[in-house]
Amino acid sequence: MKRFLLPLIIFLVMVGFLAVGLHLDPREVPSPLVGKPAPVFNLPLLDQPEKNFSPKEMLGQVWLLNVWASWCGACREEHPLLVALSKAKLVPLYGMDYKDTRAEAQQWLKEGGNPYIANAMDVDGRVGIDYGVYGVPETYVIDKFGVIAYKQIGPITGQVLSSKIMPLVERLQAQ
Amino acid sequence: MIPEIGHFSLILALLVALILGSVPIIGAARGNAVWMGLARPAARAQFFLIAVAFICLAYTFASKDYSVGYVASNSNSKLPLQFRIAAVWGGHEGSLLLWAMILSIWTVAVSVFSKHLPDDMRARILGVMGLISVGFLLFMLMVSNPFERLIPATMDGRDLNPLLQDPGMIFHPPMLYMGYVGFSVAFSFAIAALLGGQLDSAWARWSRPWTTMAWVFLTLGIMGGSNWAYYELGWGGWWFWDAVENASFMPWLVGTALIHSLAVTEKRGSFKAWTVLLAIGAFSLSLLGTFLVRSGVLTSVHAFATDPRRGLFILVFLVVVIGGSLALFAWRAPTVGRGGKFSVISRESFLLANNVLLAVAAMSVLLGTLYPLFLDALGLGKISVGPPYFDTVFVPLMTPALFLMGIGPIARWKNATLPELALRLRWAFAVSVATALVLPLLLGHWTPMIGLGLFLAFWIFASSAHLVRQRLAGDSATLLARMKAVPRSWWGMVIAHIGIAVFTLGVTVVKGFESEIAVRMLPGDVAHLAGYDFKFEGVQDSVGPNYTASLGQLRVSKNGVERTVLSPEKRLYTVQNMPMTEAGISPALIHDLYASLGEPLEDGAWSVRIYHKPMVEWIWAGAALMALGGLLALSDRRYRVRRKNLTEEKPIVPKPVVKKPVVKKAVVKTAVVKKPAAKKTVTKKVSAKA
Repeated sequence: MKRFLLPLIIFLVMVGFLAVGLHLDPREVPSPLVGKPAPVFNLPLLDQPEKNFSPKEMLGQVWLLNVWASWCGACREEHPLLVALSKAKLVPLYGMDYKDTRAEAQQWLKEGGNPYIANAMDVDGRVGIDYGVYGVPETYVIDKFGVIAYKQIGPITGQVLSSKIMPLVERLQAQ
Repeated sequence: MIPEIGHFSLILALLVALILGSVPIIGAARGNAVWMGLARPAARAQFFLIAVAFICLAYTFASKDYSVGYVASNSNSKLPLQFRIAAVWGGHEGSLLLWAMILSIWTVAVSVFSKHLPDDMRARILGVMGLISVGFLLFMLMVSNPFERLIPATMDGRDLNPLLQDPGMIFHPPMLYMGYVGFSVAFSFAIAALLGGQLDSAWARWSRPWTTMAWVFLTLGIMGGSNWAYYELGWGGWWFWDAVENASFMPWLVGTALIHSLAVTEKRGSFKAWTVLLAIGAFSLSLLGTFLVRSGVLTSVHAFATDPRRGLFILVFLVVVIGGSLALFAWRAPTVGRGGKFSVISRESFLLANNVLLAVAAMSVLLGTLYPLFLDALGLGKISVGPPYFDTVFVPLMTPALFLMGIGPIARWKNATLPELALRLRWAFAVSVATALVLPLLLGHWTPMIGLGLFLAFWIFASSAHLVRQRLAGDSATLLARMKAVPRSWWGMVIAHIGIAVFTLGVTVVKGFESEIAVRMLPGDVAHLAGYDFKFEGVQDSVGPNYTASLGQLRVSKNGVERTVLSPEKRLYTVQNMPMTEAGISPALIHDLYASLGEPLEDGAWSVRIYHKPMVEWIWAGAALMALGGLLALSDRRYRVRRKNLTEEKPIVPKPVVKKPVVKKAVVKTAVVKKPAAKKTVTKKVSAKA
């Protein structure tokens, strides 16, 4: 009898691991950039192409940099959350519009609402390479000293926001 | 409106599946003929409803209705029609619909070709398939509805993943799913047999053609996928031990073991519990593969958008289906008789050894696939298990398996002797050892791995040749008549085994003798590889329906004589802004010449990768031979005859054993004596239970 139970037991052990695995995020790849200064860039703004945005302007503040694009579907998922976040005015949110066209990006913000204080246009994706962007959307938490404290690959969910990003932002703001 | 019809049709299909999954099984337990009789019409109604849903989704894609979220995510107005249709299974929701659709096709097929089965058995089989269908339909309707509307609608879709925009997309997934889902038939037969307590050789005989059919599809599906990766990814590789490839390979390994084990159970009445376990295992691994791909537990090139709710649903479903069936196995299997006895040296032993090796191989693939997850779950860090692990594990497991493949078909059932086997196979052994030693030196160099691979390939060739010669021996009639007298299933086995040898030969030669270069080339530059000259003619721009492309051209010549022209392509799919490589390949029996464009460099130069791949096509030719062997076995007379006179089929006669040739007289005798005895024990059990 016992040997016939063996397959079931092995299977149940595996299920245990799979259940734990379900709560781990394979996308939460530790970025080599975490703990390093955010790469410097100087890019034109989406709404005012004659003006530029650089992370240097944000020194002394904790802020979020969200990489998005109008062609990106998953960005639509997190967008309402970003709009709500910007309304709460807890942390400044900047966007980086990645490999996109101005008209489409502006149209997209008009439709879904604009949560960003400003958007830098990374048309050819060069800055994206510096940041190691490999899936849009991505979100970076950058501290007062311009150091990347956290990187989220893929859309932000309410849970990630309340359990990871916001506590981290509060802690960094208190520094 | 059309998407709503599809959605509604799915809901109705779920209701029908609920009936199919419950009423006939209860009917079988109570002996209620009317309830059991419901199985067949329900199976057909379910098929009809799911087909309606499927057609609705295909129509929505074809008519470019981007108010449906799934359509908007997986197609685009510029996408050509054939890919818009194939995009039905291009994402998570639609591939589930394909799954359910194929399951309903198999269910209907069982209901059509099961007239010779006892009513209760048929009712249980269809019922179990209905239960599986319930799970998938529920999954779709709860968390993965392909018909969900997108509000507000988008003007245009986000396009199908460019990686999938290839003719391979049209054939590979349906083939693979036919294989995956096809194992649900063997699974349902096993569960039905466990429920009914009828684990006899008849059960094995009924399961065999279904299992072989599913296996043929799975073989072709994996082969197609491997070939697709070879020309699409531009790296010249044909297998990457990617988590999802493994997910298709595990059921294949267990399915292969199952085919062999079913043969023993049918002919000798042995291995019953083991066969049932393999039948459960093959389908469970198919389901597990679905879980791994769909849940986002593992990352892979194949993984679609991930959603933890979906993962949880599939996990619960797995626990119910696999856990439930393994529990049923643990409960009922001890009552199964042990079947005919056999000695250590016998065909049964060899098949058992092969079975164990295949199952262990499947388990080690499973371990390698899940190991990163285990470590992560235990908080020991993130790692990835790559080809080195699989190569290391596979060679020692497959070496004895392939070696036994040469001996198994020649050994006698029940009792064989080693000296006799050694005597009969001495020439095959000598030929393969000589080839393994000499051939590599002729080809260039010798390494232990090349020697081993060639030895195994030629060992199978030579022992198969010996087997055929022995089978066709005699002078009673013409050779053609003697060939015809041998059942097709036997020829199927020989051809499938030769397919393995061809495959092994291809893998060995390509791994041992391939060469590649990566060069920077200006138009007019010539690169040299494997005795060939590759002249780069530059790159031309071209425009496809939904992409722009740079078309390269390489003129290949040897000793000044032009041989072929390679046209590698670099495409940029405009909607997703994604670059894709289309390799330029000149395939041939002896070798492939393969080129792919890298990146454009300054001054009009390009980085170009060129590969010389000797005998790489043999890998897929081998797989095709395996599938052909399976098809030949399926066309065997006994399956065709049965359908004609199904009314007389009720009593179980060990027909195939009787047809054995004269050489195996002793076997025939014991088999005929054994069978009724085995049957009696089973019937006794049934009556004792009742």
